[in-house]
Amino acid sequence: MDINSLIILLPLFGAAIIGILGFVSESFRKQEALIGGLGTLMVAVPFGLILMNFLGYHEHPVHFRIFDWIVSGTINVSFGYTLDELSLLMGLIVTGVGSLIHIYSIGYMHGDKGYYKFFLYLNLFIFAMLNLILGDNMAVMFLGWEGVGACSYFLIGFWYEDMAKAAAAQKAFVANRIGDFAMLAAMFLIFDYTGKATGNYSLNFSDILGLDWAADSAPTFWVALLVFIAATGKSAQIPLYVWLPDAMAGPTPVSALIHAATMVTSGIYLISRLGEIFIHAEGVMAFIGIMGALTALLAALIAIAQNDIKKVLAYSTVSQLGFMFMALGAGAFTTAIFHVMTHAFFKACLFLGSGSVIHAMDHTHAVEDGQDIRTMGNLKKYMPATHITFFVSTLAIAGIPLFSGFFSKDEILGKVFANGLMGGEFIYYLVWIIGAFTAALTAFYMTRVYFLTFRGKERFNAHGHDPHESPATMTIPLYVLGFLAVVGGFVGLPEVFDHGHLNWISHHWLGHHGTVTMEHTEDLGHVSAGIEWALILFSSLIAIGGVYFAWNFYTKHDLEGDTIIKNKLGKLYDWMGNKFYVDELYEFVLIKPFVRAGTDVIMVFDKYVLDGIVNGIGSLTLFLADVFKRIQTGYVGNYALMIVAGVMILLTYLFFF
Amino acid sequence: MSKESAEFLMNLMIFAPFLGIPFILGLQKQSAKYIAFGASLIPMLLSVFVYLAYTANAPVGTAYLGQQSAEFNSFALDSFLPWFGEGARYNINFITGLDGISIYLVLLTTFLFPITILFSWGSVEKHEKSYYALLLILEIGVIGFFMALDMVLFYLFFEMVLIPMYFLIGIWGGKERIYASVKFFLYTLIGSLLMLVAIIYVGFEVNNWTSFTSNYYDIVSRGVRPDLQNWLFLAFTLSFAIKVPLFPLHTWLPDAHTQAPTAGSVILAGVLLKMGTYGLIRFCLPIFPHASEYFASTMCTLAVIGIVYGGMAAMVQTDVKKLVAYSSVSHLGFIVLGIFSFTTAAISGAVIQMINHGISTGALFLMVGMIYDRRHTRAIADFQGLAKSIPVFTVFFMITVLSSAGLPGLNGFIGEFMVLLGSFSSSHVSAAFPILAASGVIIAAVYLLWMFRRVMFGPLDKEANRTLKDLNLREVLVMVPLVLLMFLMGLYPKPFLKEIDRSSDVIVKMVEQPAGLNHVAGYYQEETIAQE
Repeated sequence: MDINSLIILLPLFGAAIIGILGFVSESFRKQEALIGGLGTLMVAVPFGLILMNFLGYHEHPVHFRIFDWIVSGTINVSFGYTLDELSLLMGLIVTGVGSLIHIYSIGYMHGDKGYYKFFLYLNLFIFAMLNLILGDNMAVMFLGWEGVGACSYFLIGFWYEDMAKAAAAQKAFVANRIGDFAMLAAMFLIFDYTGKATGNYSLNFSDILGLDWAADSAPTFWVALLVFIAATGKSAQIPLYVWLPDAMAGPTPVSALIHAATMVTSGIYLISRLGEIFIHAEGVMAFIGIMGALTALLAALIAIAQNDIKKVLAYSTVSQLGFMFMALGAGAFTTAIFHVMTHAFFKACLFLGSGSVIHAMDHTHAVEDGQDIRTMGNLKKYMPATHITFFVSTLAIAGIPLFSGFFSKDEILGKVFANGLMGGEFIYYLVWIIGAFTAALTAFYMTRVYFLTFRGKERFNAHGHDPHESPATMTIPLYVLGFLAVVGGFVGLPEVFDHGHLNWISHHWLGHHGTVTMEHTEDLGHVSAGIEWALILFSSLIAIGGVYFAWNFYTKHDLEGDTIIKNKLGKLYDWMGNKFYVDELYEFVLIKPFVRAGTDVIMVFDKYVLDGIVNGIGSLTLFLADVFKRIQTGYVGNYALMIVAGVMILLTYLFFF
Repeated sequence: MSKESAEFLMNLMIFAPFLGIPFILGLQKQSAKYIAFGASLIPMLLSVFVYLAYTANAPVGTAYLGQQSAEFNSFALDSFLPWFGEGARYNINFITGLDGISIYLVLLTTFLFPITILFSWGSVEKHEKSYYALLLILEIGVIGFFMALDMVLFYLFFEMVLIPMYFLIGIWGGKERIYASVKFFLYTLIGSLLMLVAIIYVGFEVNNWTSFTSNYYDIVSRGVRPDLQNWLFLAFTLSFAIKVPLFPLHTWLPDAHTQAPTAGSVILAGVLLKMGTYGLIRFCLPIFPHASEYFASTMCTLAVIGIVYGGMAAMVQTDVKKLVAYSSVSHLGFIVLGIFSFTTAAISGAVIQMINHGISTGALFLMVGMIYDRRHTRAIADFQGLAKSIPVFTVFFMITVLSSAGLPGLNGFIGEFMVLLGSFSSSHVSAAFPILAASGVIIAAVYLLWMFRRVMFGPLDKEANRTLKDLNLREVLVMVPLVLLMFLMGLYPKPFLKEIDRSSDVIVKMVEQPAGLNHVAGYYQEETIAQE
């Protein structure tokens, strides 16, 4: 067996060992170090294997197969995997950030009675995620796609005794399933199309991308649209994003790993993987761009008015994912993946930082809700490691020049603008304007949450139980991620430097060998250096401006700043605080009527129409039997009379007809 | 093992459960459950031997039924025992055989019965002797049904199953058991009487009304005149559709399930419903290929309505068992859709889905039964937070629920995926059917997870739930094989598919190039000439 198989199998073995031992043995459940160490190892080794493949990569993708899965009729699917530029990069992010978060969880979950289950689910999640990104066919990808959804369900509902958390888990699963339905439909179309076009039905990516998708526009359009709808589920875009903010009910490492760094980016991965199809569906691309922009804006507006530190980060994730979709819409697949990477660094760091903060606040027992930033402030004093990493990550997500987020976000905005400029749809200018405005909002609300948490007045009274810094298992991952959040952007320097030859990720790694489609992304190469410099300058200004304004504003007013904004914005602020009532809208327009249809239409029909007919036939039979039984009088004379009558009728018939 | 001895064991397997009955009735009632369990292990072991012999003989054609060309025959094991005689005016014989489809349904049956009997140890307290005796008689009927290749024999087994089931519901059932058992009995019986008429008609028709044959292969190879097929098809299909049950003939099912004792529900959902879908594959498609194509869209429409309708009905149930019952209506819709798509992948998918539904829904009913035995209620509202009080149960229940919801990696996904892919690429039915059917995956997630949340999650607010006992060893032993199968079938269905595929391929060929058609066309012409 290929040694690379271990990349897939180890996390599965980890989950199985931890799960089975934990299930049967009470004493194993108490071995926290053993469980955490084993779980981490089962992710760290695959990271090492992927890294080896990455470093030794020579233009040729590595394929490996574990065994056949579904072989029947025209279907032929095996557990086959490909390590190419795109999957290796995603694999590094998943197992790299994954390993760090496993280490972090050793400290974070300490003492929890579901400790072994947590590591079981985390390992299982990594297994599913690796299937999603390394699978060489859509069925294995779908195994991962649904698998990560299921792990997400387990982990959001990890503290299931709280009904609200259990409800959030269910909501996430169902919202994802709606997307999965679109994914299934897309797979049917692809399967059918490959078969009709080549005579060889296939779900393999290599076969799919080998087809001429431009030739027939209907399948191209539908496949692109359906895959995008599927992506709105997993990657939390309008209209299916509503599950992600609720998903914060899960333990914080989960929010960092699944709901920020990895799972929610799988939609972006898949669209990049199928970029060859998408570039031929121009209308869908414009739609993706505008939906991404609207999602980014909506989520950023909501984030401004949230007071739960994790909720702010959740909405900022939705918003950043929107940026990635803007890039996809512009055909800048490599740029989207670049932002996936930098976002994984700074957002994982921010979430883990928030986890550290929540731990500390809960420990003081001085506050009702350890996640409410209104009762924090001045934590810089108590938590230096958490503070510094959170700070640099905030600068990164805000897009301050030279921090990682700056490079990827600037590239997104640049490519969206160039797409409008180079003869793309006019709508790309609109996308760019929304994107730029959202970038400014991002700088503002992220500075706000940083400031209210770590600086300003100390708004809690610890009574001697001061918040304390987290243990080393938690701070080391923070430092690593914080470092990456600072420098991670240098792999993608702007095009303007040496005609993009310094942009390693887009030009050397992803774009070079054609793993990721390049067509539209080259447009930016044609934009003049002057325009590009102007765009860079503009991106820098909105980021710096946003941070500067928020910094001054909250230094001056502290928590009162929110009240000032509220008064300025009036009704709008209430809507932002209440998430624009989207959940309520869905409840009213979709969920309630659907359930009502079940109770008031289906069950009524079932009981009164269908069963009515069945019982009616039964009653009719009984009624007729009752009528006919009166003929059976038991008197011989009556029977004799009937015999005579019968003979008469027969004779009449025989003689006259 | 030689082919002959395998075929002997195959026939022995049908009647093996009978061995236990004299002992159950003769000895004292405390020993009934042990004897029944032992007696049900015999067919299980035999089926394993037969299966091994089957795979060894698999591609090889057949002795008696081999008059057909090999490509139309996938019965690797078959046997012919004279009964009313061959070549006589009434050609009715004891013909049995196994192909890649029936072998797995027989295995499903022989494995589910011991599991069910083992479960019953803890939950049946009255009339134990007759209870276990009836279960064993039921097993004879089901195994015989899946192996019969003579239409009359097949009909006898089909009816034979009704009687023990009627008593199981009527005696050991819930409050409304009389209504439910009578409804179940009459509904199914009325459907099958029409089929009996059709069997007699077909038996004479293929022999040109000179004599009667009920030999399956005679009938298939001679074929039924296309102009007669539609009515005969409807007579057969009505009987099978009630059994499946296909929308709108399903209303007996929720009543029967909610009233039946747990073992009855498990067997009903696990194997009895498969008799309907098996009948469609084994008889309707090969004997009436013309009519099957003619009615394909109608059947698929009803199947898809059933998927959505059953799912939405399941969603709003307040009784867990009724929820599972309606979910069966939804899941069986996928099977019918697959059958009437006429592609190898879709029909194999339908067969796999039959097995998977038997495993997953069987497990769901068992688990509902375990809860019921403890709390004597099945109302969702009576539970909450059970995950905390019965953690072992929770693990099994979660896996089973996800398997039923079609999570990839577990068994439920394989069948649905194959059916949907296979029917989407079918040239016989509209692509709209699989798309609409796929919406069932959303609804399944809604009703299953919603139920799971209300029953298992949240705080433990009721005293009775707080003191629940977790599964005992016997119950764990009941669940473990089922859960292992969920993983095995979900991750490595290939060995199963290999055998199933060969047979569903033959079924597809029988529909697309009916064996008897040349003969029939010739016969038909001659007759028209003669009339003129």
